[in-house]
Amino acid sequence: MAEEQKREFWRWAETNWINPDIKWEDAEFITVGIDVGSVSSQAVIMADGEFYAYGNMRTGSNSPDSARNALKFALVKTSLTEDKIHYFIGTGYGRVNVPMADRTVTEIACHARGANFIYGPQVRTVLDVGGQDIKAIRCDDKGKVTNFLMNDKCAAGTGRGMEVFADLLSVPIGDVGDRSFQIAQEPPPVSSTCVVYAKSEATGLLRKGLGTNEVLAAYCSAMADRIYSLLKRVGVEPEFAITGGMAKNRGVIDRLKKKLGLEPMKAKWDPQLAGAAGAALFGHALCKKGKGRGK
Amino acid sequence: MITAGIDCGARNTKTVIIKDGKIIGKASVPTGFEQDQAVKESLEMALKDAGITRDQIERIGGTGSGAKSIQEADIKVNDIKAMTMAANFFFPSARTVADVGAEEARTAKCDEKGNVVDFAINEKCAAGAGAFIEAMARALETPLTEMGTLALSSSNPIPLNAQCTIFAESEVVGLIHAKTEKKDISRAIHDAMASRIVSMIRRIGVNPDIVMFGGLAYNPGFVTALQRELAVDQIYIPEAPEFGSAVGAAVVAAQDGQ
Repeated sequence: MAEEQKREFWRWAETNWINPDIKWEDAEFITVGIDVGSVSSQAVIMADGEFYAYGNMRTGSNSPDSARNALKFALVKTSLTEDKIHYFIGTGYGRVNVPMADRTVTEIACHARGANFIYGPQVRTVLDVGGQDIKAIRCDDKGKVTNFLMNDKCAAGTGRGMEVFADLLSVPIGDVGDRSFQIAQEPPPVSSTCVVYAKSEATGLLRKGLGTNEVLAAYCSAMADRIYSLLKRVGVEPEFAITGGMAKNRGVIDRLKKKLGLEPMKAKWDPQLAGAAGAALFGHALCKKGKGRGK
Repeated sequence: MITAGIDCGARNTKTVIIKDGKIIGKASVPTGFEQDQAVKESLEMALKDAGITRDQIERIGGTGSGAKSIQEADIKVNDIKAMTMAANFFFPSARTVADVGAEEARTAKCDEKGNVVDFAINEKCAAGAGAFIEAMARALETPLTEMGTLALSSSNPIPLNAQCTIFAESEVVGLIHAKTEKKDISRAIHDAMASRIVSMIRRIGVNPDIVMFGGLAYNPGFVTALQRELAVDQIYIPEAPEFGSAVGAAVVAAQDGQ
């Protein structure tokens, strides 16, 4: 059966990485944070509170397996084995289903803590745009949450909504940002409330003769509006950082920047890792206080 | 007196011709991109259906999202008024009207003359409109027309937690993978959708009799779920419920001309 397989334009690249400068054998505490989100799962391995290795994958239909796979993927390039790890913390939407977790911490706390590490202690507002929700978090210089707002009811503005659009327009999701700027003139945004309606609007625009890039621009701009209104409600205080998969989509982020009149901080690490990094850091702090597993 | 009502909607343009309080002709055509063309076509077809000529019509009422394209209209009737007047035309005892269409849902409270007392609209979220069931039918790989009867065959209510259509699609796929029976999933879909319409009706108050218009009135699964959620014995649905607003526009045109 030579049936051509449908190309999945929403599918983003899964990655793993190891820090060549760190020898885990020298570390006092090795802690792991596992963030099982609705769309992606990450495992971050920290040696004494420093990035040692990570794995970033798509969440499957089964949360415990997604957690195990992300950890396995992070361990691939290392000589480390699971039994050498001192503490596991689970976070994210599927955190109660992380089988190896010694403890769970909410993703709001982990994102603030992770952003504090990834972007530095100056960060005061963290915007996390994940697969299935948007969180606007205010935090202090220690990465402790002081206030937050969340949308988890509606796909508008989320990564899942963007995947649906990439598929509709047959544009690989990683190209959406750049292509949305390859246009002669910025089109008016499509409906910012409902992805389903935005889809029918987009189809209408294509039929009217608008190019794919223009339609992408109209969608990205609507999603920037959507995220902007949530941020406005919680109040944006510089320094401002963006975590989650959407941080990699400049189609939305550059338009959001323009609306805010604020430049988001530059990340030293993949912003999709913030939640898992925060979790690993909470684990490290517990071990240091002697509240670890007692290994 | 002969009047016509034209409802130029997002999907279809409908015309109804009324003579002395009785419907004598009607027609529906897809709106497409040329609204003026759709208006002309539906009017011509309705005239043919009624067996009369254009000059026999005394007044025309126009309504719907494309009302501004109805150049033939002597009077513009707002969407809510068209809906309550139509409810009153079919069922004088109507006090609550719900019009659930493909991309929009409207509910209104009216008095014994069909005047609008209060109303609520959802045009922002597909989860509270027919588009929700359309999307779920795709996920379930079931023809849309079979969704309602499938739901009726289930006696096992299960919750559908996601509010958003996009998220609900994933949830339905999850339920299929968990080997949940199709009929139970279909019921969950209709129950979820009905509960959103009911919460909209509650905002203006549940006052019998309740009348329903719009394409969703053809879906027995949805009507049953709505009835269950509202805890009422009957929901009144006229013949050809998608013509509700056009009927209302024709009724207003007649009253206005007297």
